Amino acid sequence: MTSGDVERMLIQFQDESGEVLGNPFDVPLDITPDKLQLVCNALLQKEEPLPFAFYARGEAEVVTSLAVCVKALGIETEQVLPVVYQPQAVFRVRAVARCTSSLQGHTEAVISTAFSPTGKYLASGSGDTTVRFWDLTTETPHHTSRGHTHWVLSIAWSPDGKKLASGCKNSQICIWDPVTGQQIGKTLIGHTKWITWLCWEPLHLNAECRYLASSSKDGSVRVWDTLLCRTEKIMTGHTQTVTCVKWGGDGLLYTSSQDRTIKVWRASDGVQCRTLQGHAHWVNTLALSTDYVLRTGAFDPAHATINAQDVTGSLEDVKERALQRYNKVRGSNPERLVSGSDDFTMFLWNPAEEKKPLARLTGHCALVNEVLFSPDTRLLASASFDKSIKIWDGRTGKYLQSLRGHVAAVYQVAWSSDSRLLVSGSSDSTLKVWDVKTAKLSMDLPGHADEVFAVDWSPDGQRVVSGGKDKCLRIWRR
Amino acid sequence: VQRSPPSGPVHSRAHDGQVEVALPMPPQVRRRAPVCASQVVLKMHEQRKTKQKNDDKTPEGAVPAYLLDREGQSRAKVLSNMIKQKRKEKAGKWEVPLPKVRAQGETEVLKVIKTGKRQKKAWKRMVTKVCVVGDGFTRKPPKYERFIRPMGLRFKKAHVTHPELKATFCLLGVITKGTVVEVNVSELGLVTQGGKVIWGKYAQVTNNPENDGCINAVLLV
Repeated sequence: MTSGDVERMLIQFQDESGEVLGNPFDVPLDITPDKLQLVCNALLQKEEPLPFAFYARGEAEVVTSLAVCVKALGIETEQVLPVVYQPQAVFRVRAVARCTSSLQGHTEAVISTAFSPTGKYLASGSGDTTVRFWDLTTETPHHTSRGHTHWVLSIAWSPDGKKLASGCKNSQICIWDPVTGQQIGKTLIGHTKWITWLCWEPLHLNAECRYLASSSKDGSVRVWDTLLCRTEKIMTGHTQTVTCVKWGGDGLLYTSSQDRTIKVWRASDGVQCRTLQGHAHWVNTLALSTDYVLRTGAFDPAHATINAQDVTGSLEDVKERALQRYNKVRGSNPERLVSGSDDFTMFLWNPAEEKKPLARLTGHCALVNEVLFSPDTRLLASASFDKSIKIWDGRTGKYLQSLRGHVAAVYQVAWSSDSRLLVSGSSDSTLKVWDVKTAKLSMDLPGHADEVFAVDWSPDGQRVVSGGKDKCLRIWRR
Repeated sequence: VQRSPPSGPVHSRAHDGQVEVALPMPPQVRRRAPVCASQVVLKMHEQRKTKQKNDDKTPEGAVPAYLLDREGQSRAKVLSNMIKQKRKEKAGKWEVPLPKVRAQGETEVLKVIKTGKRQKKAWKRMVTKVCVVGDGFTRKPPKYERFIRPMGLRFKKAHVTHPELKATFCLLGVITKGTVVEVNVSELGLVTQGGKVIWGKYAQVTNNPENDGCINAVLLV
């Protein structure tokens, strides 16, 4: 590779946490990302080549050739240039393009929808007090589960995909079996006002999926034992509605509230560890960096098949796999938490260790309704009532780009499992699929007759579901 | 000694008196027990209570958890919903607030301006009604102008209102009361079912712009 005309320089591969890989390497300046990938894979000595993205000095991405980056950053070619390599997802999710079916059945607005962790089942909760299960292979209704007496505000799948919990506006929680549509156990009663959020205990902490955390407008958070159908712990401390509760992978519970604080609790004994303050108005939503891996449990989207399967294996096996996946995504750093608020800003926290925020993410012109980490935790998406979605760096909180296109408030977003695509549902009745790398609109999905309240992307990447005020559930595929 | 009359004949007499007659009444007649007034009142109260318990249907307007505790839809949404409702109904699709518009003759709209040394030429006209001009409007040289549009009657903006929503838009043409004009509503953020953003809607002018100095119109939904 001796081309005397092209300049050469020394680069040093580094991974995201700063560890160096190999020795400084002499490369020509016009080297392309493909060749860099070959070199990197050789240095890592992997059996299968992995796709990588390269960032010169951790800032500028090497897109066409290294020379462009060097010029853009004004780097001297005399020094050793650190090049950070980031493994990308091996699989690639394709953008959804068409609506394959419009599922009718609900007699009132669809308020919440969710795919099961493997993508095999789909459940939706609605204002007509029913939870409906839908068969995805034929895209027809499967079960209608009646039991609630008011709007079903939130639903949550257990990480093993065997149970669905749903909370209603009359402060009741029911657990359902997706296979038969029947209720498991008794209705969980205890809260005095409506349920705002439900969150199961992570699979790698308990493979039986027994404990469930719920937050309510009455200001308390309860941990329920779904086997014995009773309250295990009550955590009070918030003075106003608790808007969101997340069960972290390290055994900590994070709750956000309209009293402008976020509290960190120990799940084992219900003791409050820390209060995170900083917001100036209601805290609407929380996002954990490990959210996606906690949701999918032992299921790896890279091993998804066309027909989604249940998670197989003994409890220990499943727990081990879930733990492995969790450790891989989490890395060596503790979990990060982002909170979105009515004060138009978000905070990035390290809740397990510090009381002070890592960064304050400003830029939105209206309240932030939902924040979501990408499955590989590198990016953060925030949906706001100012009609835009902003993408931020998941590690530092630095602002990356804005996605504009919606003409009304953006209600919810969902990431595809390879972290390359984002789908957003808005009050203007359309969904939009965005390519995050180029920050451009990939697909515009109109079709709903009224506001879209809930969106979800199945973990196997095949389908997107959206439900809204027009009482239909729409499934979108490639 | 005669004691009380022997019971035998008396009984037998009574016995003799009894004749089996077919009674006109059916054998089983239930006589209603008399109900006192207080019982009636109690029953009425109970009915009132049970009626209240039956009213536990779930209310309409289901919203997700993140929209509870917040005020309702923006007014633009109300507008959009009204449009869709009207389309569904189909009746009265072409109804406008002012159904009959008086036709206006040329003499009323255009006033003759006499020009020339002896004020005999009469080819110039002055527009007496409000007209709306585009942003880049400049007058033609006054000597060649056939239609004079007085500065006071030139408008760029109009208040186009809906009974609930007030907004300002830009328009084109000659405007009088009853004129149907097309307005740009892209700021409201309305979207069709096909996903296209609505930018144009019809509105009808409701005042006399030449008298009032402003144009008020109502959006036709």
